[in-house]
Amino acid sequence: MDNISYNEINDDVVRTMTKTTWKYWALLIFCASMAGVLWFGAWAYQIYAGQGVTGLNTPTFWGIYLANFVFWIGISHSGTLLSAILFITATPWRRSIYRSAEAITFFSVLTAAVFIFVHMGRPWNFYWTMPYFTTRELWVNFTSPIMFDVFAISTYMTSSVIFLYFGSIPDLAAVRDKVTGWRKPVYTYLSLGWRGTDAEWHWLSKSYTFFAVFIIPLAVSVHSIVSWDFALSTVPGLNKTIFAPYFVVGAIFSGTAAIVTLMACYRKAMKVEKYITLMHFDKLCMLLLVMSLLWSYINVVEVFSGWYANTSAENETLMYRMFMKPHAYMYWLMILTNSILPLLFIFKSLRRSIFICIIVSIGINVGMWIERYLIVATSLPRKFLPNMWHDYIPSLIEISMTIGSIFFFVMLFLIFVKLWPSISIYEVKEDIGIPMRKGFKRH
Amino acid sequence: MSGILTRLKDKLASYRVPGYRTKFDYKWTMVVDLDRCNGCEACVVACYAENNLPVVGKRDCDISRRFSWIRIERYVEGTYPDVKVKFIPIMCQHCDAAPCEIGCPVYATYHNQDGLNVQVYNRCVGTFTCATYCTYDVRRFNWFTYKWDAPLEQQLNPDVTVREMGVMEKCTFCIQRIRVAKDTAKDEGRKVQEGDMKTACEQSCPTDAITFGDLNDPHSKVSKLAKSPRRYRLLEELDTDPSVIYLKRVMEDRKGSGHGTSHG
Repeated sequence: MDNISYNEINDDVVRTMTKTTWKYWALLIFCASMAGVLWFGAWAYQIYAGQGVTGLNTPTFWGIYLANFVFWIGISHSGTLLSAILFITATPWRRSIYRSAEAITFFSVLTAAVFIFVHMGRPWNFYWTMPYFTTRELWVNFTSPIMFDVFAISTYMTSSVIFLYFGSIPDLAAVRDKVTGWRKPVYTYLSLGWRGTDAEWHWLSKSYTFFAVFIIPLAVSVHSIVSWDFALSTVPGLNKTIFAPYFVVGAIFSGTAAIVTLMACYRKAMKVEKYITLMHFDKLCMLLLVMSLLWSYINVVEVFSGWYANTSAENETLMYRMFMKPHAYMYWLMILTNSILPLLFIFKSLRRSIFICIIVSIGINVGMWIERYLIVATSLPRKFLPNMWHDYIPSLIEISMTIGSIFFFVMLFLIFVKLWPSISIYEVKEDIGIPMRKGFKRH
Repeated sequence: MSGILTRLKDKLASYRVPGYRTKFDYKWTMVVDLDRCNGCEACVVACYAENNLPVVGKRDCDISRRFSWIRIERYVEGTYPDVKVKFIPIMCQHCDAAPCEIGCPVYATYHNQDGLNVQVYNRCVGTFTCATYCTYDVRRFNWFTYKWDAPLEQQLNPDVTVREMGVMEKCTFCIQRIRVAKDTAKDEGRKVQEGDMKTACEQSCPTDAITFGDLNDPHSKVSKLAKSPRRYRLLEELDTDPSVIYLKRVMEDRKGSGHGTSHG
């Protein structure tokens, strides 16, 4: 980032917020309408007609909706977790990407949360899962893994929003000083009267560090709890002790891949190549490589211990997942995209090739989605009593909602870029250093 | 410390009507004799009639959305003509350590005083957790709001709720009949006795394969049958502690090389 001058950073970031081309508007409106039709239209139909419009059946009560839920929660783990870990380890290359990564976290948790309501039979009664006082003295069931989920996800969503907001306050103030018109009062309000005094910087850094430390165990626990939705049942294929670390690793893996994909598109579209450089891709791809190896290891352990246990139910699930119609091809596609393709990142030149980065990172996300899908769609159809075995094939409504959710997520991100300083101004400035008299060098 | 515990215990006990436990403490149990079952499915039909189960039609049947709370599983061994066909009627096992009960976030399914696994339709929000966790696949979901064509709605059982879309349901051991029996017994100042009530499947079984009763009563028919050496419970190794007891079918080995026994 040597070729950025100190005084152009504010202008660059504010430019991404105020200058909007018609192409951007077109993309935004396209995404919004697709999300509206494919997701919320389909959902409205499902609420009207009943869960029967899905492909769910008697042994397979959880399908694509749960897979989507876990997938989006997984994506969310990149941002905040990555940002917090890199902050604590004082990694300099974090600075220009972490704001968008944290936004990704928030939006994917939001998308995941909607999928909880989508998969419910009576979503209008969702508030019954909240522990509130009623005159009938009905309370929620604290032993239920679903209940753990409600707490974990609401806590995670709240704290990642606070984390994102705390880190943005000085930037919101910088934007406030630049913009005019309707934006002025909005950012005046949002920046909480930030003036940039020493005391303010002191307390900001204190609270930010506190949240960074707080959010790492939280993020790990959230995805462990999500895995317990499955692991605490007795169903073969779901009842695995390795699930918690498996899910956490998978989450960081898919989340980092999502960051790589989005960053590659974002730097191109917003013309901020000098802030998000090839060096960033290099580092992120190294992380992807490590996560891929870890993921492969855990996957092998899962299959091996299932096979070694040699119980009839466990064997049947494994065979069904890996070698039988209709899902076996998905399994091997997943192995290809998650275990084999990321090995390309061993080579430095490939880590620095945007094209390869995009291909592999999209592949990883497809593979990770398949992983979540296979967990539910190949375990539940093969429960204990063979008489009830029945395959699960998703219906068009379910597929439509899955595609719609991607548009919904992109729409939220597009809106975010226009409303929020998506590159951390003050931390990039810290990186460059305050311009000094001629001949005086920082460091 | 022990003082606090005693006080807590007393407090918990005070939430119940005095004498409640001794007065109405039952352990409802079903014994299914597989030696008698011939797979006629009369119990299935009786259950449809008694519990207002909808008939879902061909398409939904195809994708495994049958509504039968009790089903006859058929297992065929060997190839023709040397085949053995085995039947096993499976309904909700009313497990004492039920996997479904820990799963439900809103207590729509819970364990009641009589050892029944109870489903509260009005409380259900449809998270599917109970059905996913159920090891016997006995839970049924209302995928749609099912309609009965006229005049079939006239034959609905008035004692049983007609469920709406988005609600989970399952075998209740004909709880409406249990309630009537308990209420009558209470009015007469006694406990429910043998023969006070029968479940719909038990009533309709032509070979008397199904017996229902109170396991706490040592003289009841179920207590006697439950002591049979043929006794086993379904998927007992999962430690769900089911309330349904099966009596093993003793099968003759066709090849005549002695007697083999097998599960259902």
